[in-house]
Amino acid sequence: MKRIGIDVGGTNTDAVLIDGDTILSSIKVPTTQDVMSGVKAALAHVSGRIGPSDRPIDAVMIGTTHFTNAVVERARLERVAAIRVALPSGSSLPPMCDWPEDLRAAVDPLIFMVHGGHEYDGSPLVPMIPDEIREAAMKIRDAGITSIAISATFSPLTTECEVTAAEIVRSIIPDARITLSHTLGRIGLLERENVALLNAALQSLGKTTVQAFSDALREASISAPFFLTQNDGTVALADVAASNPVHSFASGPTNSMRGAAFLTGLSDAMVVDVGGTTSDIGCLVGGFPREANNIVHVGGVRTLFRMPDLLPIALGGGTIIDTETGKIGLRSVGHRILSEARVFGGSTLTTSDVAVAAGLIKMGDRDRVRDLDPAFVEACLARIRDMVTNSFDQMKTSAEDVPLIAVGGGAFLIPDRIAGASEVLRVENAGVANALGAAMAQVSGEVDQVFSGVSRDEALTTAEAGAQNAAVASGAGRESLKTVEVEDIPVAYLPGGARRVRVRVIGDIAFN
Amino acid sequence: MPEARKLKYDEAHVRTLTVEDLDALEIGAGILGTGGGGNPYQGKLLALEAMKAGYEMNVLATDQIAPDALCMSIGGIGAPVVGVERLREGREGLRCLRAMEDLIRAPIDAMVCEEIGGANAINPLVTAALGGLPMLDCDGMGRAFPEMQMTTFSIYGHSSTPSVMCDLHGNVVIFNHAVSEVWHERMARACVVAQGGGAMLATAPMLAHFVHRYGIPKSYTKAIAIGEAVIKARKAQEDPIAAVCALEGGRRIFNGKITDLKRHLRGGFAVGDLELAGFDDCIGQVAGVAIQNEFLIFRRNGKVEVTVPDLIVLLDVDTGYPITTEMLRYGQRVAVLAIPCHDLLRSAQALEVVGPKAFGYPEITFTPLPSAVRQAA
Repeated sequence: MKRIGIDVGGTNTDAVLIDGDTILSSIKVPTTQDVMSGVKAALAHVSGRIGPSDRPIDAVMIGTTHFTNAVVERARLERVAAIRVALPSGSSLPPMCDWPEDLRAAVDPLIFMVHGGHEYDGSPLVPMIPDEIREAAMKIRDAGITSIAISATFSPLTTECEVTAAEIVRSIIPDARITLSHTLGRIGLLERENVALLNAALQSLGKTTVQAFSDALREASISAPFFLTQNDGTVALADVAASNPVHSFASGPTNSMRGAAFLTGLSDAMVVDVGGTTSDIGCLVGGFPREANNIVHVGGVRTLFRMPDLLPIALGGGTIIDTETGKIGLRSVGHRILSEARVFGGSTLTTSDVAVAAGLIKMGDRDRVRDLDPAFVEACLARIRDMVTNSFDQMKTSAEDVPLIAVGGGAFLIPDRIAGASEVLRVENAGVANALGAAMAQVSGEVDQVFSGVSRDEALTTAEAGAQNAAVASGAGRESLKTVEVEDIPVAYLPGGARRVRVRVIGDIAFN
Repeated sequence: MPEARKLKYDEAHVRTLTVEDLDALEIGAGILGTGGGGNPYQGKLLALEAMKAGYEMNVLATDQIAPDALCMSIGGIGAPVVGVERLREGREGLRCLRAMEDLIRAPIDAMVCEEIGGANAINPLVTAALGGLPMLDCDGMGRAFPEMQMTTFSIYGHSSTPSVMCDLHGNVVIFNHAVSEVWHERMARACVVAQGGGAMLATAPMLAHFVHRYGIPKSYTKAIAIGEAVIKARKAQEDPIAAVCALEGGRRIFNGKITDLKRHLRGGFAVGDLELAGFDDCIGQVAGVAIQNEFLIFRRNGKVEVTVPDLIVLLDVDTGYPITTEMLRYGQRVAVLAIPCHDLLRSAQALEVVGPKAFGYPEITFTPLPSAVRQAA
């Protein structure tokens, strides 16, 4: 099967063309200001390798930082409305009450709190009042807002209030794009609602981004279906992904981890991705990134949803070293490394300079770091080793030694021996690991829900069927689906036999 | 109806908290939570919203109010998972306050905190603000404990009934009399289930002279100062842990990495055992921490060194932020701090309720850490 994988990062846009497990072509171009011309250049390069008589491309997978950047930059976001069905609960903590002021201003929300929602045992908190929702919907319509996030208490347990509220809103605003919180997040109302609101604010950008990718593909005469990579290391059909941009927030790090898995043939390992400013350590379990089970901040907003468990380290190829103390960080020259680092003619001492002085890598002009005292260089490398070792250790889940795969432009900073690592692996083509990770991706579906008042078997069966349907909707072939994770936790402190069930299925892309 | 309120203190003596104070209090209360006490985050949000609406949070020293002033404490009760999903309505505490005033036919003059460690540091503060009352600068634990009867007020003779429990719907439940604190706890737990798993509980008022005598003094001032020290040290890239120790007369007794964590349920409480392998100056040593909601017992190489009610605090080695028992996981690098508890928790009477024996360790005798004053001398 022939696929193109593209990863649009902050600095570089990578692309690969693969056939089965063979890399036919790869390229790295700088990410352009308008993003798309970089993508087009990369596409032209890899698709240029396909002759007119060759078999055409089967699928294109794209990973992009578009959506995360929009949140971080507080730009390209659209105005949203929030409807929370939970009164009387939460009336003192309205939606977005803990958002950074500038981000809140960028989405300029209309906020409504109405009566309804459920208790932990699935009984209604108070009855919903449809007129309250109608009234809110009319105000939203009059304000010209069409992207709406709806949340309700215990909606991961009982979706009824969110679904009914959405029907009412749609009867008044027929072209409304509605995000229901239970489709994205878990128990934890504020955090789940935040995810839904971020998703709502990114609806237009999701659509225009997918359209722009689609245009770029058409220009390159590629008619294959295309997919966007997701936080969990899988892909979803672009049209489906466009309505859930939050699922693409962490696609960069997950793609690099998936690529590392492919390049080494390991499915269980730790991966360190060393960039210019920071590094991320993650953990591969069965070929997929381990999921975070805690709060993840996105652009200053607390969220709790399907995100990879990553530990950032303030260590990158451009990290500045204090020439007096040898202290590393916390600042970095970032993308200005090619002008500011010593070996490239600059005057700032960076980790890359120390690596060149120690002979770990050849780049720039080594003569410009000859003056560094070997003992100083050694001490800096020891500090770097400590930083990596400590973070590596924190991300491990047991005392057993596990392999560590180093990828990314600054991978040369990772020492060959790390306490707790059975080995440190480096791979060829590490530079395009991200694009490879995208190209190799499969499709998944997940259900994470609290069940109450049904038997365990019934809960598991319902969850599995839900996960399978979600995967098929995202572009998986039903016959290829495999259940890869089943988690079933009794919710101990509540009566009524409530249990949280999480089922995840993975399958191959369906081709017609 | 209660009679018109007469101020029993001089308004010039109150300290009005700022947004920065609340940020510091969140961290300080977390540290004094000794691993438990619940997350103060939602309480802080409620406090910030109240502040935005123009309410003031005023803290008053316990010796700055008339001895006959009536003081009431309040705290959240229920399952944490319900708390993060079914948010509070926000005025539950205020309704408790008004219901109590109706019940005793007298106005309350000030609010008191039962537990400065964790979420209950901020809950009464919000009620005080909404009710226009000062918050007395003290609490009943100086830390966090899992049960209602574990306050100095209760230990030194205060009976917590009549009490008032309010939920988010507006339901008001009065416990007129409980024959013991344990009965009170049992009935309140049953009631909170019927109320959907979360409510606020206000206990019988106390006179200010009793609060002054038996409250752990200066709790808010201390918690805020601890939080400030951490924030300041982090900004200056200095050691936040040393800053906390300097303030609280504590010692950094261990630097270690979590190597094992066993969790189990015992009598409805989250119980666990934590193992640490030392690094830096503790290399080659092992340590163990016994957990029941909070960190209870610290052992070095198998030997008991610090026990409840003295404070055992785990901080993230890099950030100085508190690590709660739910956050523990393999590989975390932590600093263990031992902070002497207040003398009010060290009497024979208090140790019956909050000593090692009360938590199921009859074989362990409480050996007090040298207190801050003695250490200085």
